[in-house]
Amino acid sequence: MVQTGRTAATREALGPTLVRLAQEGLDIVVVDADLGVSTTAAQFGRQFPDRFFTVGVAEQNAVGVAAGLAAAGKIAFVSSFAVFIPGHCYDQVRVAVAQPNLNVKIAASHGGIVTGEDGASAQALEDLALMLALPTFRVIVPADVVECAQAIEEAARRYGPFYIRMVRPKVPVIYDDSYRFQLGRAHRLRDGADVTIIAIGVMVPAALEAAELLARQGIGCRVLNMASLRPLDEEAIVAAARETGAIVTAEDHSLHGGLGSLVAQVTARRCPVPVACVGLESFGTSGRWDELLQHYRLTPERLAQEARGLLAAKRGG
Amino acid sequence: MGSAEKGTNSTPLAALSADRLTELEATARRVRQHIVRMTAAAGSGHPGGSLSCVEILVALYFHLLRHDPRNPYWPQRDRFVLSKGHATPAYYAVLAEAGYFPTQELLTFRQLGSRLQGHTVMACPPGVEMSAGALGMGLSFSLGLALAARLDGADWRVYCLLSDGDCNEGQTWEAAMAAAHHRLDNLTAIVDYNRIQNDGFSDYTHYRGADSRGRPGGWVGPDGYTVNIMSLEPLADKWRAFGWHVLECDGHDLPQLVATLEEARGLRGRPAAVICHTVKGRGVSFMEHNPAFHGKAPTPEQAEQALRELGA
Repeated sequence: MVQTGRTAATREALGPTLVRLAQEGLDIVVVDADLGVSTTAAQFGRQFPDRFFTVGVAEQNAVGVAAGLAAAGKIAFVSSFAVFIPGHCYDQVRVAVAQPNLNVKIAASHGGIVTGEDGASAQALEDLALMLALPTFRVIVPADVVECAQAIEEAARRYGPFYIRMVRPKVPVIYDDSYRFQLGRAHRLRDGADVTIIAIGVMVPAALEAAELLARQGIGCRVLNMASLRPLDEEAIVAAARETGAIVTAEDHSLHGGLGSLVAQVTARRCPVPVACVGLESFGTSGRWDELLQHYRLTPERLAQEARGLLAAKRGG
Repeated sequence: MGSAEKGTNSTPLAALSADRLTELEATARRVRQHIVRMTAAAGSGHPGGSLSCVEILVALYFHLLRHDPRNPYWPQRDRFVLSKGHATPAYYAVLAEAGYFPTQELLTFRQLGSRLQGHTVMACPPGVEMSAGALGMGLSFSLGLALAARLDGADWRVYCLLSDGDCNEGQTWEAAMAAAHHRLDNLTAIVDYNRIQNDGFSDYTHYRGADSRGRPGGWVGPDGYTVNIMSLEPLADKWRAFGWHVLECDGHDLPQLVATLEEARGLRGRPAAVICHTVKGRGVSFMEHNPAFHGKAPTPEQAEQALRELGA
């Protein structure tokens, strides 16, 4: 499975997957707000021009149009950057899609600090908090391009609103074709008895590296990829708490309202154990994506350090 | 814009006979009475903008729309989208009068457990096409419906009712631009242009206080209402500039309204906007042109007087 040596941006899965699913007969349409080339949704437009609707740089309208298409029976994908959908049109997502539970799929690229050089306004660090606050939305953060393609297919084949967060840079591909994404199921990438790192997106490969660092120090670290934030695999979180007694969460997102908040809620309610949350506590800045991960300490070393801190707390307690 | 291209693929409706007109007028009167009773019973709601769109809704549901109240999910139905989602008293009253649900249910409006929510919720009850309440969203939704109809080769049409406030929202103009761009002539936007909104007067048309026309922007008058909140003029030119056919009519004159909506339905090549000049609070003397009743229910005494004026 793990670490194929390849790299790819998760967004590269969008266009080809939509084309394949439409060729298989799914009644997919795509609404594009002038970012389809970047999100790769434009590849669908090239193959299915009648089912690809451009609305210009107008995300509020894009979401409303997708809702109308869905209300008329279509599987409506709307694609943009995460700062624009949901960032620029949250109320449209809330009232026109989430409340009536329409069959709209938001495929949002450029999630997180790894968006890079474009700087703070382009880096969506709040999108998961916004989307998780809408109870009808399924929220998926694929860790790599293989998982992303499967998440898109899952979203297309299942009724209801989905949010899929993708990233701009080419990040490690950790899965091969034998992998099967399961909605609502964490994927255990590595086992260990002393501590668990639960990660999403670009932090999954970082968590695997952290586990390697910890192993060298004789610490056994479980690693869970929690790509499906809603539905959430509560049992995997509870099992990690019971069996390893300490949890580090890792996300390229604000510390408020994302993965860390979800995990802390579950452990507090069902199995209180020490939890350390790694994420972002400020707005971003321009820089290369790998430099930014270092700058904001979203690194394997930091995760390993947090894990050791929890172990010390466990022993002290 | 150049002269309107006339279409042939819509069946012309019979002209409104005198008997039919009398029936529609009677329906409109009953709808107004419902609006007063519903908001009074609820102790809240939006009577003003409901009373201004009664004839528009009656013309649509009792004359223009292809629909079947016994089969609200009929795929071939015309879609009516209420963008001004606060006009639920009028909308629910018309749906009930049309047979979507019993008129007795109207008095549950806004109560806990009622299907008749303060602002629209899609399919609640069946017949309500869209969730709304935040202004500006209806035209985009209508555009999505119209694109789907065209993609499927279906001949159903989409009608969207907008308020002054809807036309303040940028999203409406995003949608207006896109609808013309996609040449959606199966879409009609109807503006209930009563020129009064939440805080007061949209422009100076119905303001009767001290004149401050020289002042740029809006200002708060001595009675606490905002004057000149956001003038939409020249509204017809705006829609034309966005690439739409534009028609205008008196939004309370049923024969004129029906004729104009039918004309709009026949226009081809671009979507059509019908600007209906209306009176906020129409039919109740103390509510007409009165911002106080945008979002406030009548007291029991006021309701009694209103119902007398409406011939109840």
